[in-house]
Amino acid sequence: MDLFANLAIGFGIALSPFTLMLAVFGCFIGTIIGALPGLGPSNGVAILIPLTFSMGLDATSALVLMTAVYYGAMYGGRISSILLNIPGDEPALMTTLDGYPMAKAGRAGDALVISGVASFTGAFLSTIGLMLLAPLLARIAFQFGPAEYFALYLLAFATLGGIASNNQAKAAIASCIGLGIAMVGVDNNSGLPRLTFGNMHLFDGIDFLVAIVGLFAIAEVFFFIESHGKNTSIGVKLDKVTVPWKDIWDTKWTQLRSSLIGFVAGVLPGAGASLGSFMAYMSEKSIAGEKGKFGTGVPKGVAAPEAGNNAAAGGALVPMLTLGVPGSGTTAVLLALLMTLNITPGPTLFTERPEVVWGLIASLLIANFVLLLMNVPMVKIFVKILSVPPWVLLPGVTMISFVGIYSLSGSYFDLLLMVGFGALGWVLRKLDVPTVPIILGILLGGHMEDSLRRAMVLSDGDWTYLFSSGIAISLWIVAVAGFVAPMFLRGIMKKPQRITD
Amino acid sequence: MVSDRIFGAVVTLLALAYIASATQIQTSFLADPVGPRTFPYIVGSVAAFCGILMVLRPDADPEWPVLRTMGALFVAVVVLVGYAYALKPLGFLLPTAITAAILSYQISPRPGAAALSGVGLSVGLFIIFKFALGLGLVALPAVLHG
Repeated sequence: MDLFANLAIGFGIALSPFTLMLAVFGCFIGTIIGALPGLGPSNGVAILIPLTFSMGLDATSALVLMTAVYYGAMYGGRISSILLNIPGDEPALMTTLDGYPMAKAGRAGDALVISGVASFTGAFLSTIGLMLLAPLLARIAFQFGPAEYFALYLLAFATLGGIASNNQAKAAIASCIGLGIAMVGVDNNSGLPRLTFGNMHLFDGIDFLVAIVGLFAIAEVFFFIESHGKNTSIGVKLDKVTVPWKDIWDTKWTQLRSSLIGFVAGVLPGAGASLGSFMAYMSEKSIAGEKGKFGTGVPKGVAAPEAGNNAAAGGALVPMLTLGVPGSGTTAVLLALLMTLNITPGPTLFTERPEVVWGLIASLLIANFVLLLMNVPMVKIFVKILSVPPWVLLPGVTMISFVGIYSLSGSYFDLLLMVGFGALGWVLRKLDVPTVPIILGILLGGHMEDSLRRAMVLSDGDWTYLFSSGIAISLWIVAVAGFVAPMFLRGIMKKPQRITD
Repeated sequence: MVSDRIFGAVVTLLALAYIASATQIQTSFLADPVGPRTFPYIVGSVAAFCGILMVLRPDADPEWPVLRTMGALFVAVVVLVGYAYALKPLGFLLPTAITAAILSYQISPRPGAAALSGVGLSVGLFIIFKFALGLGLVALPAVLHG
């Protein structure tokens, strides 16, 4: 079988002592990043990218390290959700609904263990799913021409804007900001500068890392200054951690169903982990019905969102690796990492650089077991880290961001841009304008324009070429539906409010 | 309501300005059917349209912070801009300690703790960056290095 041969290559790379060490280290850092409120998978991974880059790791090692951080952050997000009622990151929001009541009832340890095991189930099954689905999708992706890619990029923006935001116009504006920024710099086709206003610093374009770190990390600092760190509610104490075997066994179907839902949500371009945990929680809630007592601190209510969220994290890697279209904010950041490392994701990645793909998949499998070990028996270590106060953490994050961006280019101009993006991010998030489409726009803008222009070159300027194949037409239909349908579904899909005490 | 209307109007104006500056893009003799201007035009038009839509159908206003907090945020931006300029000529340690201390004070207004975290972060991060990650940071002002 191909699969096993490929896996053998992958494990050959992943089991080398150095790679293994990177995976363990990444898991550890990732769990910390996920657990700390104010640092989530996307801004956590974003501030680490420049540092990884300047450490001079090769592509596979860098990728292994960062995806371990990514998986780790997905695990870690639940810790502060359960103990502090503050989601460590956005996908962990649903875990607060039952996790915090459970912790208040004196079962904090149980909640952490159940959610840890559910995270493992979700992440493990979705990594298997990734292994099976990604090569298939890569084979289909070989048939994609420029017209199909253009439709696919549009689909990513449409579903991201439609599903993940509250106002389509605002999401579209965000996408346009990103795409508009991507146009700045030297035009690939003609070699002439565009929209640089004669500023030499802008000739190379705006580095997406600068935008990502600004929008995600620096903006977060402004939010903490605004709230004076007051949003930190009183935590619940964690006494003894024992393994509640019975609860884990009772939630087995919940975990399996939620993993499936989460994986599907993750694979959809633009949807991502937040939707995965949301849908997993809501569907388990309706299956359990009134008697399920969801929202009062039941094990199923902790297991469902965590399995869903971690399964979505794996699922989101499928479109990112095979098509080069990220499924969520964090995978957008991982795509930025790939681009920084000069790896072009897409179907050719699987045939030309199998060692990268399969090394990554094997490391994910290993990382999962490491994370299970770290997050169940060793969870107390991470609980201690939660006591790092925001007035040390956030300035620290800022300094790391500055040094990271500075080490990329050594220019103060990038730092100024980063601060500018931070301020912009604060204003936009205040106005409920999503910032992820901006990142996606900056990342994909160049490719999107290229595919449009190449399609027009192929068809000699005939616009109907964009709708000339079955794949392209179906992508257009899904794109329009994904953008329009949520307007009507918004009433039904309303997110439940966080529990406030 | 008002915030969204203002934001929509600003977006529309910026989008129009963007389109206007896109008309100035030079085309080369190697022209493809689309050219370098079309995509910026499309992006600008969509943004302008959505901006108008926001003016017409705004959401409820967010909770803007009070004037004092806005002032604090402004100070933070100014400090960070200053930090961006200072990092190269003044080295890592001094600007970092000052910036971190100010940010720390703004999040939790206790001078002692803020000063401590400023110095601690500056020295701690320098050690990590310089010796664990091997980044080429300069510790002190360029003048002192001679």
